[in-house]
Amino acid sequence: MSYDARFRVWRGDDEKGELVDYPVEVNEGEVVLDIIHRLQQTQAQDLAVRWNCKAGKCGSCSAEINGRPRLMCMTRMSTFTETETITVTPLRTFPVIRDLVTDVSFNYTKAREIPSFAPPPDLAPGDYRMAQVDVERSQEFRKCIECFLCQDICHVVRDHEENKESFAGPRYLMRIAELDMHPLDVADRQKEAQEEHGLGMCNITKCCTEVCPEHIKITDNALIPLKERVVDRKYDPLVWLGSKIFKRPGA
Amino acid sequence: MSAAPEISHGTVASAGRAQISARTLRTDRWWLPPLLTFAGLAAWVAYATVRAFMQEWYFVEEYNYLTPFYSPCVSVGCEPESAHFGRFLPDVWWLPYASLTLPFLLLFRLTCYYYRKAYYRAFWLSPPACGVAEPHKKYSGETRFPLLGQNLHRYFFYAATLISVINTYDAVLAFGKADGGFGLGLGNIILVANVVALWAYTISCHSCRSIVGGRINNFSKHPMRYKSWQFVSRLNTKHMELAWLTLATLALTDFYIMAVSAGWISDLRIVG
Repeated sequence: MSYDARFRVWRGDDEKGELVDYPVEVNEGEVVLDIIHRLQQTQAQDLAVRWNCKAGKCGSCSAEINGRPRLMCMTRMSTFTETETITVTPLRTFPVIRDLVTDVSFNYTKAREIPSFAPPPDLAPGDYRMAQVDVERSQEFRKCIECFLCQDICHVVRDHEENKESFAGPRYLMRIAELDMHPLDVADRQKEAQEEHGLGMCNITKCCTEVCPEHIKITDNALIPLKERVVDRKYDPLVWLGSKIFKRPGA
Repeated sequence: MSAAPEISHGTVASAGRAQISARTLRTDRWWLPPLLTFAGLAAWVAYATVRAFMQEWYFVEEYNYLTPFYSPCVSVGCEPESAHFGRFLPDVWWLPYASLTLPFLLLFRLTCYYYRKAYYRAFWLSPPACGVAEPHKKYSGETRFPLLGQNLHRYFFYAATLISVINTYDAVLAFGKADGGFGLGLGNIILVANVVALWAYTISCHSCRSIVGGRINNFSKHPMRYKSWQFVSRLNTKHMELAWLTLATLALTDFYIMAVSAGWISDLRIVG
C-alpha cells in the first residue's frame, strides 16, 4: 500500500539553509532512509546524506527526525501517520557540511583524549586472565556503534557550544567508565574523568540513554557508577580513610 | 533559499551548525512529562510541608499508629506514648516534631539520582525535555557549589537507612495495642506496605549499588558483594517507579493516620 508523505528536509550548508517541503511516495515496510533515498532518486539528486549498512549497526545515518535524534535506517515509516509532516534535519550539535551530513570530528577529538587501556606494566599481552563476571558489566558499553546520537542530544554541548572543550560527552565518559571498571586497567581514571573530561557537567537527565539505538543504559550503568567512583576518590573522606587502613591488593 | 535566521537555542552560528531557528522540532507532547513531574512533586511538597508543621493528628494512641512524618517524635510537644526515643526538642510552631530526621530524608531525596533528573527537567528546565533547548545562557552542571553537594548523596543514604529502621520499628510496634494486646487493622497493613516500599526505594539507590559492589572491579574475588550488587542492580532499574511509589505510600499512610486520629474515619479492624 503506497501513499504520498509530506517530508520537510533541511537543505543547506554551514552558512545558510532552510527546511524544504517534498511530497514523496512511501511504500509498506519502508524506513525513513528509504524515503530519503527516493528523494535523491526523484526530486533532489544533490541531497547529501551519509549512510552505509541500512541495518542499524554502522551508526552512519544519524539525523534528527521530528526533532529527535534517530538512525534513519531504523525509523519505520509505520510509526508516523499518513497525514503527518516528517521533518528531517542534520544533527544540531555538530557543524553541518551539507544537507543532512555533519562534521562529527568533535567526537574523534574527544576519543583521542581518553588514554587507552593500561594493563599492569609487568603483565605480558599473552598473560591477560580475566573472569567473565569481571568483564561482562562493561561489555554492555562495547555495543556502542558510535552513531553519536547521545553526543548530539546531550544538552551540555547541544545548548552550550562553549562546553565542547571541557566536556567529553556521554559516549566518551562511558568509555572512561568501561576502562575504569576493567579488572586489568591500572590507569588513574576517576580524577581525570572529573577534572579533565567534565563528568561533573553531566546532570544525569538521561537523554543519552533515551536516544541510544543499542539501548545501552548509559546513565544508570556508566555515568552514575563513574560519578560514584569519583565521589569515592574525591569527595568521601570515609572511603579514603578506609582505603588507607584496610588496603588490600587487588581489591 | 531564504536568508538563515539567527540560531535561537543557545548555540552560536559561528560554530557552523545547521541554522534552524526553532527551539525544538519535536511534534509530540514533550511538555507533558515535565509538567506532570512538576505538578506531582509540588503537590507532594505542599502536602508534606503542611503536615510536618501541623503538629496534631499524627498518632493513634489506641492502636499505636505513628505517621512516618512524625517519626521519631522527639519534641517536648509529642504525645508521650508516641515518643520512643525521648522528647528533647523545644515545642515551637516552626520546628516539626521529627526535625531530627526530616532534613536528612529531604536531602536524601533531593540528592537522589532520579529526583535530580526529575527536578532538573521539570523545575530548572535544564533541559525541559530531550532535544528541547534549555533557557539558560550558561551551564556548569554539578561542578560548583551548591550542586557540587549532590556528591554527598551516599551520606544521606546512610541516614535514610537508619530512618528506615526506625520506620520499621514503628510498624512493628503498631501491632501492639495501647492495652498491651495484639491488634491488626487496615492501619497496620498500610504501615507495613509503606515500610516495604521505603526499604525497596532506599536499597535501590544508586549510591547503595556502588557501595555494595559497584565500586570493585574483581567481582570474581567477592562473590557475596557480586550477589548483593546483582540484587541491588535489579531493584535499581525500578528506582524511578519506587521513588514515586514511596511518595504515594508516605502521603497515603500519613493521611490515613491523620484521618483516624482526627476521628474522620475509624480504623478497619481485622484482629482486636
